[in-house]
Amino acid sequence: MNVDAPLGDFGDVLFYSALAVYILAMLLHAVEHGLLRRTEPVAAPATAAVPAGVAAGGVDEPGGGAVVPDDPALTDEPPAGTTGAPRAPRPASERFGRMGVALTVLGAALHLAMLVVRGTAAHRPPWGNMYEFVAAVTLVGVVAWLVVLSRRPELRRLGVFVLLPVIVLMFLGGTVLYTQTAPVVPALHSYWLAIHVTAAVISSGILLVAGVASVLYLLRSVHDANGRLAWTARLPAADVLDRVAYRATAVAFPIWTFAVIAGAIWAEAAWGRYWGWDPKETTAFIAWVIYAGYLHARSTAGWRGRKAAAVNVVGFAVMVFNLFFINLVVTGLHSYAGVG
Amino acid sequence: MTQTLRTPPDSPGPPPTPRRWGRDLLALGRNTWRGLTSMRTALILLFLLALAALPGAFIPQRGPSPQAVKDYFVAHPTLAPLLDKIGVFDLFATPWFSAVYLLLFISLVGCLVPRTWEQVRSLRAPTVAVPRNLSRLPHHAAGTDPRDPDDVLAAARTRLRGWKVDVRDEPGGVRTISAEKGALREVGNVVFHMSLLALLVGIAVGKLFGYEGNVIVMADGSEFCNSGILAYDTFRPGLRVDGTNLDPFCVDVDHFSAQYRPDGAADSFAADVRYSDAAQIASGAAPTPGTIAVNEPLRFDGERVYLLGHGYAPQFTVTFPDGAQRTQAIQWEPVDQTTFLSQGATKFDRPGVTTDAERRRTQLAITGLFAPTSSGGDIVTSTYPAPTNPEVAADVYRGDLGLDSGKGQSIYGIDQSMVDQGRLVKVARQNLVPGQTLTLDDGTRIRFDAVKEWVNIQVSHDPAQDAVLVAAIALLVGITLSLTIKRRRFWVRVTPPTTGPGSPSTTDGRTVAGTGSSVELGGLARTDQAGYGEEFDRLRADLLGRDRPSAGGAPARDDVPDEQRDNGGTG
Ligand code: HEM
Repeated sequence: MNVDAPLGDFGDVLFYSALAVYILAMLLHAVEHGLLRRTEPVAAPATAAVPAGVAAGGVDEPGGGAVVPDDPALTDEPPAGTTGAPRAPRPASERFGRMGVALTVLGAALHLAMLVVRGTAAHRPPWGNMYEFVAAVTLVGVVAWLVVLSRRPELRRLGVFVLLPVIVLMFLGGTVLYTQTAPVVPALHSYWLAIHVTAAVISSGILLVAGVASVLYLLRSVHDANGRLAWTARLPAADVLDRVAYRATAVAFPIWTFAVIAGAIWAEAAWGRYWGWDPKETTAFIAWVIYAGYLHARSTAGWRGRKAAAVNVVGFAVMVFNLFFINLVVTGLHSYAGVG
Repeated sequence: MTQTLRTPPDSPGPPPTPRRWGRDLLALGRNTWRGLTSMRTALILLFLLALAALPGAFIPQRGPSPQAVKDYFVAHPTLAPLLDKIGVFDLFATPWFSAVYLLLFISLVGCLVPRTWEQVRSLRAPTVAVPRNLSRLPHHAAGTDPRDPDDVLAAARTRLRGWKVDVRDEPGGVRTISAEKGALREVGNVVFHMSLLALLVGIAVGKLFGYEGNVIVMADGSEFCNSGILAYDTFRPGLRVDGTNLDPFCVDVDHFSAQYRPDGAADSFAADVRYSDAAQIASGAAPTPGTIAVNEPLRFDGERVYLLGHGYAPQFTVTFPDGAQRTQAIQWEPVDQTTFLSQGATKFDRPGVTTDAERRRTQLAITGLFAPTSSGGDIVTSTYPAPTNPEVAADVYRGDLGLDSGKGQSIYGIDQSMVDQGRLVKVARQNLVPGQTLTLDDGTRIRFDAVKEWVNIQVSHDPAQDAVLVAAIALLVGITLSLTIKRRRFWVRVTPPTTGPGSPSTTDGRTVAGTGSSVELGGLARTDQAGYGEEFDRLRADLLGRDRPSAGGAPARDDVPDEQRDNGGTG
């Protein structure tokens, strides 16, 4: 199997282009976020004190499929219907936000092209080492975010918070974890590689969005409880964030379960046992148990809300730990990292 | 749970009668059981399980990486023995780890049995009757239909195909439909939790009755037979396996081949084998040809044979001064996985020696380094893993190998203490390519004949593995159903055209005048899921006509799940 090195290098160019475009998109979203206060009087303490439950009244899935942009319920004002306030012309924040989304789409296109090019150069699925794995996970995260956005455009203001971890991960992927295009060791020549790693990539990417939503939920709920962290008043209401986190996790959990099972099937064929408590397996198991705990917590009295969100954040922390620490520091059978 | 153990403090009181004791014990037991099987306990136990497994991510485990554990002992001479005392190196077999998961699974059983029972009952139970006031529901719509109620009802029933539907009549000719969908969600949940149990049982059976054994076999037609522990170099039996009564089968390894890339990394390797199962052995039938490759074990009769490693065995022929010859090839150990530079010790007893004393003066060992592709030059190093230009840097020792001392010694080396004591002496050092010979001072000639390859074969036996796979698939199906299906209810109330006083009116108090039936719809999603709003709107469009707006002013939306409802919906 030959590797097309120049093509692989072109993939790197695409990778950095995507990263640059994401950074720009994040800046635009940051401006959007910064402008929200001036265009929408949300930070005033009087309205900020409205309990989330009230604001949440109209927040659930808008009926009839017609989604109102900048859903008034997302600010801390009572729903527009009850105040009769006239709708303002499209605010500057919205223009910046839309540009941010457009750039995010562009970045995702470059990002996708990068993976296609790397895969073509190496004649295999483009997630054979950690650099490519991180690239693939972040792409799934961005795509998952765009899917959320297409359903709930009013969540656009979260853009900056979703792109931030994407950019950080990509930066680490492009530096610390960077690996030249290369074929993989024989144990990785398996269609189970494609299946197992693809599932792991998809679920990790979606869990990234869930993790971001839970972090924001925690910040926002601090604000709701005692008025601190005033900037979080510009975030969507706490229970909207909670719901985004839950739905993303509910989609990702079965995929993660599948990834673990597929990994076990692969391990059975490659190493002679389906489970052997290799450090990577152990950490995957821990993450799985924690996410199961999160789903449990959301239906356990006294655990909903902040505690559950904290569990979700811990779950994502374990996923990141699994990616970085286990691959780089602990050595196991997963001769996968391909670093150095 | 209202019963508590009432023992008034500081007052002696009458001694509790045996009957009371019994009752209190019963209450205690019941409370403990209830506590153990509560969601909260399950949650705590789940977190404990994650926590208990955590050291396994940092600290090497004896099972998967025994060498790393040894290295850890060297690196942390004080800490390691302490950790070893509490079983950290065998974490997943420790009593405390087992305690956590056993408690969790007891809790699971206690929680699952009543839930399954409830499940079966609710699947059989009729649907919930139409609420009196449909306009209070999160999804609501009303309209009129020119047809008479029976036709409207029939149309609705057709539309609700796939739903669990009950038709009920109310006074005044009012007809209703209660429809439910999504019971599979709960089924999925129960299937998921049951599969977890099945999975655990399967794993346990594997740990009890399974075994793993490794053996090195020369890839020159040599045979390995699964006859017992002694056939293996290492053998890891399950708790109920004593190494007798293993399923008989034999594997002959004929040839090994590997492909390497220019940089020396392996692309693939495979061994050509012939194998005989119990029936073939019994009947003496010819063995079946097969291949074992990375990721492709040999599978037959529930046996699995893996190719886990390979290496080289230089073959030497020693011609003793009296003309006696001995030929031997035993495995040398690769010390560099990219170039396959190997080290080893090929040991010979001099033939015709009768006394132990003489034997201890005449034993020979050929040690040193083997390079499959030698760099050439005095110091032998390897540049490539394939045997393109093999060379041995041989150190020959003569004397007492110490094999009779009762002390185990590595097959890859000699006992250095024998050398230190001067009982084993280096008598020659020379680089040899195949065909070359070196001669010792006493006239003994040692020829490097050729290079053989060996394979490391692993036999894995796990009678429950297929059951574990089935449980895992059921688990996956269950969790997917449980997390993607929405439980939802849909109600239709059809009221015939009003004809006089006292006639029924819609629930929000408006009386529908004129001809045609008045139709009211209501919907409730019972789980925390998006999308019922859209489905309800489609149902409304189909049943009431496309352009009719939903009545009642409240926008159709997802409802708060029941359990949040109970708690006032605080997030
Ligand atoms: C053995 C470890 C366990 C794991 C890994 C686990 C995992 C899960 C997961 C992932 C869910 C979410 C799926 C869903 O919402 O349907 C769930 C739900 C649930 N589990 Fe478990 N579970 C375990 C043990 C238990 C135990 C011991 C109980 C009983 C106390 C229990 C009771 C429930 C219930 C009632 C739900 C449904 C919650 C709902 O309707 O949202 N589970 N479990």
